[in-house]
Amino acid sequence: MIELADVRKAFNQGQHNELWAVRGVTVHLEANRTTVLRGPSGSGKTTLMTLIGCLARPTSGRVRLHGRDVSGMTERFLTELRRQTFGFVFQQFNLVRGLTVEENVMLPAYPLGVPRRDLLRRVHALLDTLDLGAHAQAKAEWLSGGQAQRAAIARALVNDPEVILADEPTANLDTELSQRFLDIVADLKRQGKTLIITSHDPLVYESPQVDRVVSLRDGHLA
Amino acid sequence: MPPHPWLQRQRYLVDFTVGALGRRKGRNLALVAVYALIVFVLASVLLFSQALRHEAATLLSGAPEVTVQRLVAGRHDLIPGTYLERLGKVRGVTDARGRLWGYYYDPVVAANYTLLVSPDDPPPAGKIRVGSTLATTRGLGVGDVLSLRGHDGQPYAFTVDATLSPDSALLTADLILVNEQDFRAFFGIPTGLYTDLILTVPNPREVTKVAEKVLRALPDTRPIVREEILRTYAALFDWREGMVMVLLSGAVLAFIIFAWDKASGLSAEERREIGVLKAIGWETSDVMAMKLWEGLLISVFAFLLGYLAAYVHVFGLAAALFGPVLKGWSVLYPDFQLSPHVEAFQVFTLFFLTVFPYALATVVPVWRAAIADPDAVMRL
Amino acid sequence: MADRGDLDRAGLGLGLKALSRGERVLLAGIALFLLFLGTFIHAGIAADRAEHATAANRALASRLTLTDLALFTEARYTRNLSQADLHAAFQDHPGALEHFPTGALVGPPHRDPHAAASLAPETTLSR
Repeated sequence: MIELADVRKAFNQGQHNELWAVRGVTVHLEANRTTVLRGPSGSGKTTLMTLIGCLARPTSGRVRLHGRDVSGMTERFLTELRRQTFGFVFQQFNLVRGLTVEENVMLPAYPLGVPRRDLLRRVHALLDTLDLGAHAQAKAEWLSGGQAQRAAIARALVNDPEVILADEPTANLDTELSQRFLDIVADLKRQGKTLIITSHDPLVYESPQVDRVVSLRDGHLA
Repeated sequence: MPPHPWLQRQRYLVDFTVGALGRRKGRNLALVAVYALIVFVLASVLLFSQALRHEAATLLSGAPEVTVQRLVAGRHDLIPGTYLERLGKVRGVTDARGRLWGYYYDPVVAANYTLLVSPDDPPPAGKIRVGSTLATTRGLGVGDVLSLRGHDGQPYAFTVDATLSPDSALLTADLILVNEQDFRAFFGIPTGLYTDLILTVPNPREVTKVAEKVLRALPDTRPIVREEILRTYAALFDWREGMVMVLLSGAVLAFIIFAWDKASGLSAEERREIGVLKAIGWETSDVMAMKLWEGLLISVFAFLLGYLAAYVHVFGLAAALFGPVLKGWSVLYPDFQLSPHVEAFQVFTLFFLTVFPYALATVVPVWRAAIADPDAVMRL
Repeated sequence: MADRGDLDRAGLGLGLKALSRGERVLLAGIALFLLFLGTFIHAGIAADRAEHATAANRALASRLTLTDLALFTEARYTRNLSQADLHAAFQDHPGALEHFPTGALVGPPHRDPHAAASLAPETTLSR
């Protein structure tokens, strides 16, 4: 479903602090599978995920989604694609401060202008499945780590995307909450979602839920 | 029936903006309050001078078409009544008569009075009619006696026959109406001399020509045309308005600098937040629109609150806060209620100046962050 | 915990609680804007109502052959601006009030209020 062909990504190109995070990666990721991008910090796994999820464009190489080349797309089309296809769960969760959980989860759907009543219904259904129904009106900054992550997951799911990308999801969680996260992964798999997770946590990449592990080192496949 | 997606999208964007602004509720409310205060002062000045200018134009539209003064060595001097015959012959002039009026400085209250001989229905000998503000300041009622020091140093006692209506205070605050004989005796002006002459010229298009003819016929005179009077008042209030505007522009400038400083250069947190919004599917246009709403909400609310307060201040409270500026050193300041007159063009200019620069200052700095790829969000 | 049923009922749009924060703010803004438009209407109506008094004053001004408002009675040359004497200091514009450039900084000469007020009974006789 997602193909990367000799993809490279550089930061601060041409300057003294030029950094090549990804140095030629070719990989094919299948739909409905859970894939973990594994590697030490600095291996380029997070950068690779941003390229897969159309958050960034490669410096060179091609990215194809359902056979369609997206690496040369303009910002606007890329954003639309991103909105429809991908849901992101950031390592720091990145919930918007000052907004309630409910409002945070609604955010990705705002640009679509869907009727509020329908949206609220969908949001509350999601919050219930993730055990956050009681906290719908709580301000984002009051949530515990586990709750914040579940809110972030709910937000990633609100537009019902095909692919969920999670960056180091267990980095800020204890074992119990990490296990809970993996239960959610199982649930999402059952719904037919494709999951791509970056992690250096053995609890994640050794989990039975994971179909494939892609190892990276220094911007290359290891 | 569900609202159109575009409309719903705007409502969502406002939801987000209000939530984001609510993070620093106190600070943002204070911002609106301060901005509203600036608009209040500007709008008060604007409304007041518009209304006053209009009032002057209306009230003085019945002033004499041409007033003829005599100048001796460039100074205003008494004018002989013999000039009236020559003026009456000028084509276009249907009536010419003399006016008698003058100033009197009263040391008791350190105020200037204007003594005027009213042509129709003058008060009887020894009696005066007094403007309401004067009456109040000097504690005069009907039947009371006011003693003034004449040109010869002798006291002249006048009995108050009537006080003029307080509704006309704007015109008559300091007036003392006397009859001609008393006036001449008091000021020592012999018969045959007048303060100035007034001409009635019914056809407005002939007025300028009449003024020219007067100048040619009587070279030692200065004709003043009614249009000049009205223009004086238009310019006057512009000037006064200007002085306050100058004082305010300093405040406005400081505010603009503050707003620009706030708006330009996004904090790391703001940049990150925009990155997050882009990552979860907001387009550049959504981010820009949201920021525009932020700028609009603050500036439009500030304008509306400031303007409404100004309207109430000027037309409900008779511009109480401007009292000291307008009164200056006058002792006899008329108590008057301005009739509301609003010039839409100027109001909308103020609206535009209030809203546009601020909205721009809020939106423009976001541009760079809004069009960038959101991957920066991931790197921290 | 908000019951789903309540939410649906509230979502019918009746009552302000059903509106989001942003929608309430927009509503307040619209209300203020309507008041703003109202001021123009008020100005028109009030002016009409004041018509009578204004006409009476205009007639009075005409009858008394007045040429100026009694607004600035501070000094002789400010009282009748349109008739102002060309010799009044620094007067390049009939409306110029900066007769003394320092006028903005220096007030009028200080008069002893008692000395002047003592003249009051001599010059005023109340019935």
